[in-house]
Amino acid sequence: MTSAAYIHIPFCHQICHYCDFNKVFMKNQPVEEYLKCLDGEMGMAEPGHYQSIFVGGGTPTALNEKQLAFLTRSIAERLPVLPGVEYTFEANPGELTLEKLRILKEGGVNRLSIGVQSFNDEHLKRIGRMHTKQDVYKTIQDAEKAGFDHVSIDLIYGLPEQTLEDAVDTVEKALALDLPHYSAYSLIIEPKTVFYNLMAKGKLPLPKEESEADMYEAVMNSMEAHGLVQYEISNFARPGFESRHNLTYWNNEEYYGFGAGAHGYVNGERYANFGPLKKYMEPIEEMKWPRMTAQKTTAQEQMEEEMFLGLRKMEGVSISDFEKKYKKSPLHVFSGPVEEMKNRGLLQVKNNFICLTHNGKFLGNEVFQSFLIQ
Amino acid sequence: MNNNDRLERQERIRNFSIIAHIDHGKSTLADRILEKTKALTAREMKSQLLDSMDLERERGITIKLNAVQLNYTAKDGKEYIFHLIDTPGHVDFTYEVSRSLAACEGAILVVDAAQGIEAQTLANVYLALDNDLEILPVINKIDLPAAEPERVRKEVEDVIGLDASEAVLASAKAGIGIEDILEQVVEKVPAPTGDPNAPLKALIFDSIYDAYRGVIAYIRVVDGTVKVGDKVKMMATGKEFEVTEIGVFTPKTTQRDELTVGDVGYLAAAIKTVGDTQVGDTITSAKNGATEALAGYRKLNPMVYCGLYPIDSSRYNDLREALEKLELNDSALQYEPETSQALGFGFRCGFLGLLHMEIIQERIEREFKIDLITTAPSVIYQVTMTDGEELRIDNPSDMPDPQKIAHVEEPYVKASIIVPNDYVGAVMELAQGKRGIFIDMQYLDTNRVSVVYEMPLSEIVYDFFDQLKSSTKGYASFDYELIGYKQSKLVKMDILLNTETVDALSFIVHRDFAYERGKIIVEKLKELIPRQQFEVPIQAAIGNKIVARSTIKAMRKNVLAKCYGGDISRKRKLLEKQKEGKKRMKQVGSVEVPQEAFMAVLKMDDQQK
Repeated sequence: MTSAAYIHIPFCHQICHYCDFNKVFMKNQPVEEYLKCLDGEMGMAEPGHYQSIFVGGGTPTALNEKQLAFLTRSIAERLPVLPGVEYTFEANPGELTLEKLRILKEGGVNRLSIGVQSFNDEHLKRIGRMHTKQDVYKTIQDAEKAGFDHVSIDLIYGLPEQTLEDAVDTVEKALALDLPHYSAYSLIIEPKTVFYNLMAKGKLPLPKEESEADMYEAVMNSMEAHGLVQYEISNFARPGFESRHNLTYWNNEEYYGFGAGAHGYVNGERYANFGPLKKYMEPIEEMKWPRMTAQKTTAQEQMEEEMFLGLRKMEGVSISDFEKKYKKSPLHVFSGPVEEMKNRGLLQVKNNFICLTHNGKFLGNEVFQSFLIQ
Repeated sequence: MNNNDRLERQERIRNFSIIAHIDHGKSTLADRILEKTKALTAREMKSQLLDSMDLERERGITIKLNAVQLNYTAKDGKEYIFHLIDTPGHVDFTYEVSRSLAACEGAILVVDAAQGIEAQTLANVYLALDNDLEILPVINKIDLPAAEPERVRKEVEDVIGLDASEAVLASAKAGIGIEDILEQVVEKVPAPTGDPNAPLKALIFDSIYDAYRGVIAYIRVVDGTVKVGDKVKMMATGKEFEVTEIGVFTPKTTQRDELTVGDVGYLAAAIKTVGDTQVGDTITSAKNGATEALAGYRKLNPMVYCGLYPIDSSRYNDLREALEKLELNDSALQYEPETSQALGFGFRCGFLGLLHMEIIQERIEREFKIDLITTAPSVIYQVTMTDGEELRIDNPSDMPDPQKIAHVEEPYVKASIIVPNDYVGAVMELAQGKRGIFIDMQYLDTNRVSVVYEMPLSEIVYDFFDQLKSSTKGYASFDYELIGYKQSKLVKMDILLNTETVDALSFIVHRDFAYERGKIIVEKLKELIPRQQFEVPIQAAIGNKIVARSTIKAMRKNVLAKCYGGDISRKRKLLEKQKEGKKRMKQVGSVEVPQEAFMAVLKMDDQQK
């Protein structure tokens, strides 16, 4: 059975300049009706117990206390969990009050993923974030006060006009908080964002490829020096604190996606929900799935995905697990790409695993695309 | 039909074409004439009917010839038979114009009432005069606010020396003056002279290939009569065929029993190969045929050559088939197999000019769905070796070692440019930068100037036309004709990627410009070639001497390190797109090179500004 669930809250008080997720300004939106529909959609899922739940957005913490309480109750009722499960809420510094933290704690949430992005107030402003460095410290303190010991923060490097020193400074400040988990993403300019438009006009002074690579290298070095283990291209954790939910994606396992614009993978079928709120809500009111697209994955696609997702993990793809799952060896199915990428020094086969080399981490897409055979 | 009928009918035949500068309204006028003579019902009428290829309609140009038979009842009450032969309006297709003019007795000269005479107008008028045609000037687009018909009338008289006092003031678009034009055709264009009883003489002015009927020759009968079942002979090749079908275009193909003096139509005779019916040849009867052929045309040789290679080398045979098919209807296209170390198997193709080249490329990509790599166009260089041997070089990479060369000659053209006063300076600067030699300058009126330069064809091939347009805000018109070969100090510039010479990137350059161009092209290539996993030096070299260098930095980071939800399909699409982009590149040694890089030599001048 599918035992992971992603729940999407598409509301924000402020839209970040780089964000291309499905989201709307919260003002005048039918938030309560949306939460009811979400409840309805979760109610349609196969009954069973969940191993990981992740509430993301948008900004889940943009919800007010009453709405949050409704949401956590609804999740608890619809998606029963076993003890020891990972249950994460995404949160924005500054929006996460002590009161909201208590509601989450009471609702069973045991992990927070905080969108810090940078410890430089200038940069934060530039990317459209509302919070400041001080808000971050306050939020982390409050989280501790509310009893959360599993807190992760997200950072973004490669911001406009960011230097290597800026990036290192942000990472060091983040590491000083001594948290068990960090994600460090590189800024990707996506269509339909403020940054995309600025870039098209030539008004986005992004760091050069060299300097972005240097930042990535520096991030990895700092993390390692602080005893954090890189377990995926952008993720670092103290042993035992890896995000189980994100590993679901990289292990090519199934998961539900609930909410407007959410994506899921259930019974071999990848689907996407309608993004616009109205389009999403209408079918649910008639007890129908709000699917915009749904497509069965073929065996070939599954194997390809197993590789390009699994290779994101530092341990890589387990040859024996692959053989168990597909009754074929990945070294045979993908003999061409494996050889080529090995020759290019981007891939290695170690014991039972196929994984990226250090260089391969920087040029992951070169490797991933070679596993798309069509 | 008996002989008297034929002679009487001959009196009522008028053969003419329309000549004009591009955009002056030739196709619209042709449409109006078709409408007026009721050649088509309203339902069949679609804009620019004679341009039948998609490409022709999209680009608003005529490439292939068309000939239509029309019936017109004139004011004198008699019904006249018109043959309207359409002509291409672009400089590359001058040859085709001369062919169609040879099948006519008259030509309507269309001049835009606002723009006046342009370089192409002049070129075509001179062709028509060479063919002894009666020229009927028409001043078109008189309904435009900027129209100055009287100024243009004077221009026609002063510049061309035609009597324009009776020039029809028309607007093909608005349907003004069409009847006057048709009446002038009746009055002024002479009826064909020729003897229907003499041995057959029919001029082949074009041919197309039809999968069912074989080669179809477009002919103009000058003497005699031809019927289905007749045995005919091609005078140049001596080959004989039995006529299976004859007819005219109305513009639909309409079968006829016979074609006689003055008729313009088609002839099919189960002819298998296009080579058997050479355009310009004369068809006569197999028995008691004519002894002397009509004056044909000089076969025009290609002026511009380039290499065409399939990106996917497994499609080499498809490319050959595509060229074979295109050649059937385009006798000016030439090709022969060639091999490049960098690009593999492909063809060296010869074209009449740059537009011709572009059109062929586009048709191959569009109609045959073959992705192409095109090397930069080259002209033919005549090389005299130190041992006296003479070589014709149409591919820069074939240029011999400089030590073995006594001298090199390159083709020169006479370039005529007509431009408003204000831009004369810009044109001269451009022409001089292109090694142009000033020949002449004349004021056509108070505002417009005709400037003549002699310059190397290779400089024209390197985006001269685009630059001319941009430096004159599109006001300049331009025409050129080949005037012969001149000796030049030319050298071959080789380009090395990752220290290996890429033959497909070599080009010929004047020694005085070599350093500068070398610098520009290595920078341009650096922009066009994406980063590879390793650093790639780009060098420009003359012989063993490196004259310019730059470096494509190594790819440092290409990994999707972004926060993402479970949208795996999108990640897949992104990776697929990256992979697709790679497929459109050509692996040259260890470097992946995109299509555009092979044309970089053409884009060099963007950088100079």
